[in-house]
Amino acid sequence: MEKFILKYFTLIRTLIAILVGVIISIVLIYLISKTPAYSLKQFLLGPILSKSRLANVFENASPIIFCGVAIAIAFQAKQFNVGAEGALFLSAAIGTAFAVSTHMPALPHVILILVVAGLTGAAWGWIPGVLKAKWGASELVSSLMMNYVAYFLGLYLINSHFRDKSAGFLVSLPLPKTAWLPQIIPGTRIHVGIILAVIFALLGYYFLYHTTTGYEIRTTGNNDKFARFGGINVVKVVILSQVISGMIAGFGGMTEVMGIHHRFNWQNSPGYGWDGVIVAIIGRNHPILIIFAALFLSYLRVGSQVLNLMADVPSELVAVIQAIIIILITAEAFLSQWKYKITMKQASLEEAGNESIA
Amino acid sequence: MESILQVNNITMVYPAGVIANKNVSVDVTEKTIHAIVGENGAGKSTLMKAIFGIIHPQEGDIIYKGKKVNFKNPDDAINVGIGMVHQHLMLAPDLTVAENLILGVEPRKGSLFLDTDKAVRITKEVSERYGLDVPADKKIKDLPIGVRQRVEILKALYRNAELLILDEPTAVLTPQETVILFKTLFRLKENGKTILFISHKLSEVKQLADRITVMRDARVITTEDASDVTEEEIAHLMVGRDIDTARLDPPEKMGGVRLSVKNVSYIDDENVQVLKNINFDIRAGEILGIAGVDGNGQTELIDILTGLSRPTEGSISMDGKNIAGLSPRQVRELGMSHIPEDRMENGVADTASLEENFIVDRYYKKEFSRYGKLDWKYIRKYSKELIQKFNILTQSSRTPAGSLSGGNIQKVVVARELSSDPQIIIAAQPTRGVDIGSEELIHVLLKDARDSGKAVFLISADLDEILKLSSRIIVIYNGEITAHFKDVSKVTGKDLGPYMLGVKKEEGAHGEIHS
Repeated sequence: MEKFILKYFTLIRTLIAILVGVIISIVLIYLISKTPAYSLKQFLLGPILSKSRLANVFENASPIIFCGVAIAIAFQAKQFNVGAEGALFLSAAIGTAFAVSTHMPALPHVILILVVAGLTGAAWGWIPGVLKAKWGASELVSSLMMNYVAYFLGLYLINSHFRDKSAGFLVSLPLPKTAWLPQIIPGTRIHVGIILAVIFALLGYYFLYHTTTGYEIRTTGNNDKFARFGGINVVKVVILSQVISGMIAGFGGMTEVMGIHHRFNWQNSPGYGWDGVIVAIIGRNHPILIIFAALFLSYLRVGSQVLNLMADVPSELVAVIQAIIIILITAEAFLSQWKYKITMKQASLEEAGNESIA
Repeated sequence: MESILQVNNITMVYPAGVIANKNVSVDVTEKTIHAIVGENGAGKSTLMKAIFGIIHPQEGDIIYKGKKVNFKNPDDAINVGIGMVHQHLMLAPDLTVAENLILGVEPRKGSLFLDTDKAVRITKEVSERYGLDVPADKKIKDLPIGVRQRVEILKALYRNAELLILDEPTAVLTPQETVILFKTLFRLKENGKTILFISHKLSEVKQLADRITVMRDARVITTEDASDVTEEEIAHLMVGRDIDTARLDPPEKMGGVRLSVKNVSYIDDENVQVLKNINFDIRAGEILGIAGVDGNGQTELIDILTGLSRPTEGSISMDGKNIAGLSPRQVRELGMSHIPEDRMENGVADTASLEENFIVDRYYKKEFSRYGKLDWKYIRKYSKELIQKFNILTQSSRTPAGSLSGGNIQKVVVARELSSDPQIIIAAQPTRGVDIGSEELIHVLLKDARDSGKAVFLISADLDEILKLSSRIIVIYNGEITAHFKDVSKVTGKDLGPYMLGVKKEEGAHGEIHS
């Protein structure tokens, strides 16, 4: 049992952190709500009580998975590129512009739009990558700043050149039907994008853990001096990891436009890139764990919306839970005393065992 | 005489599960020099840290001057009169000797300003009282390491240390500096101080100590009067068996020049000339040792040889091909391997598995991957073979490198670097911080490499290692080669010392063979 705990310590700690976060939110609901039992039910079970809400969980999770995988690939190389939000926004805008300006049959259209969006994201990731690799500029700062550039550039492009003037609000021209991603479950908005998201997470896992380039990325992230010493071209890896990261975020943004709204309708940055950072941290930069982290986050989000609609608790509560969980997960010291005690006990057990053999 | 310090049954387990001290008890008599000896990893440093309040053992207690003490941190220890001189000196390099001495207990002008004159006066006073000569107004960074160490000792004395702990004080010193340190320590003993010092160099311990405690595998094996035991007996107690310290026989056959360094100079980013016109050759079948105090250009020279940086001037040819300015991978492809001087910085990725650490220079080759896909099955099998062949103690091939002991991490590095069928081996501090058992193994491996016709370049701060292994020796001081010993059979550490300190210099010395 104790050996098991040591082996899966990080995973167990993550689950306990989530549990603690949920317990605290339950306490908060009891403090705030006049009908706590009802509110709690809405919060915890709301998302599975109706088909459309459950569908919402999956719809929301899709772009978060894309962004989580994007962020994870950069983070695995220890490149703190948080530009997924900007890459997603700008790629969706440029992809939309391309989609409404071209006409072709459905399949090639979809593929070409995704290529355009992916290339846009890749280029967006390349800039902080090169700035870091060649001049040592912090990718955290440059990618953060570039999020603003992407936001205003995207808005300019859509609002000034591809705006649908017949619509009553600021949105782009509608995408032609050939550019739509098919919805897969009737009566919901769940579309092919979620499948693509899961495929990209699986590909991301395979890429990081089973290819030579993935090995280069992880080794550079583990110890860049060691990587260079061993002959890995660290400059290339630093740039490449951010290019791939931007590309995947770009796909995420475009699939959202093609699958759900069928036009570019963001006037505020949607925040999926930041959710990506959150799920990358919860999933410890492992693409497969990120799928579950994204579903969990999405579930919480939908639960809080239900709570907001049906009961007397504001949806900001979810932000509180998120913050608690992330603090607990990222705090190295959380439960470390516990681990330490088990380690000690194990060590003295083994010691005793060795002595009895000797 | 009375006991000043008693350590009773200390047990310390580190968070990673390593038992560093197990029921350790030591009794130190006042006004004596007490040595703690043992291999690396035997638990000596852990014991010192426990005494000084840096770490807190799970069990046992410490009695100082008859009173049970419980230090929360080093400040508590300093306040009752315990001083520690760390192996890696803890001085501010940009401050002067006087400023370092009074750091934390500064004399002031008014309440705000440092009274520099008084600081210098205090330094001179303390320095005279103990007969330890230091230049009060020089900056630490401009002083040789032996003098810096003296400053650190004075710093402890100025804080009224009665018991002085020195952690491997001679590891960084030349033989001449060591002699001076020993005189200092004897004088301090006469002045009524008690000295507790750690070492694994037995000749020193025998010269210096009144009492000797031997540690092995986290336990105290015995404590004896120094006069009652011989060096051989101590060595045997430390290791648990007899060890071979004899010098290698000279190589039987040597081939042609494999690596030739010509007129290499290097000027660093801060415009300091770190290497000046370095010339030497290494032949197939020999080990060329380079002796020198750390920081005299060895690191830069290694980086240049292995493709990690470019020389400002000069050429390096490997089997006739100029390799100056090639990338680390290109140099490795030509058959160079490199045991780095700092294993944690360059030698391993500590969070990555042993498997991932073994393949860093070869993962792209066709045994290990095909079309960009890693063959983990083969890599695992390959790693297990290396683990077995190099006798690496680990739970599995997937264990993170950082959770191994220092000696085993070094074996991981050596295993990788010697298994790539290298032609030229750059071995920098190949046994730094490893236990005697691993040291012997690594020495045998380097000898085997030599005997099978490879060229070995050995860089080490440990003179005994240089003398034991080298077929020829060059000495580096301040970026220049100051001596070349072609026949090493009669060379001793004392012969190398003056060249290492720059006191003596052979005009136009270099390590080329045809001259």
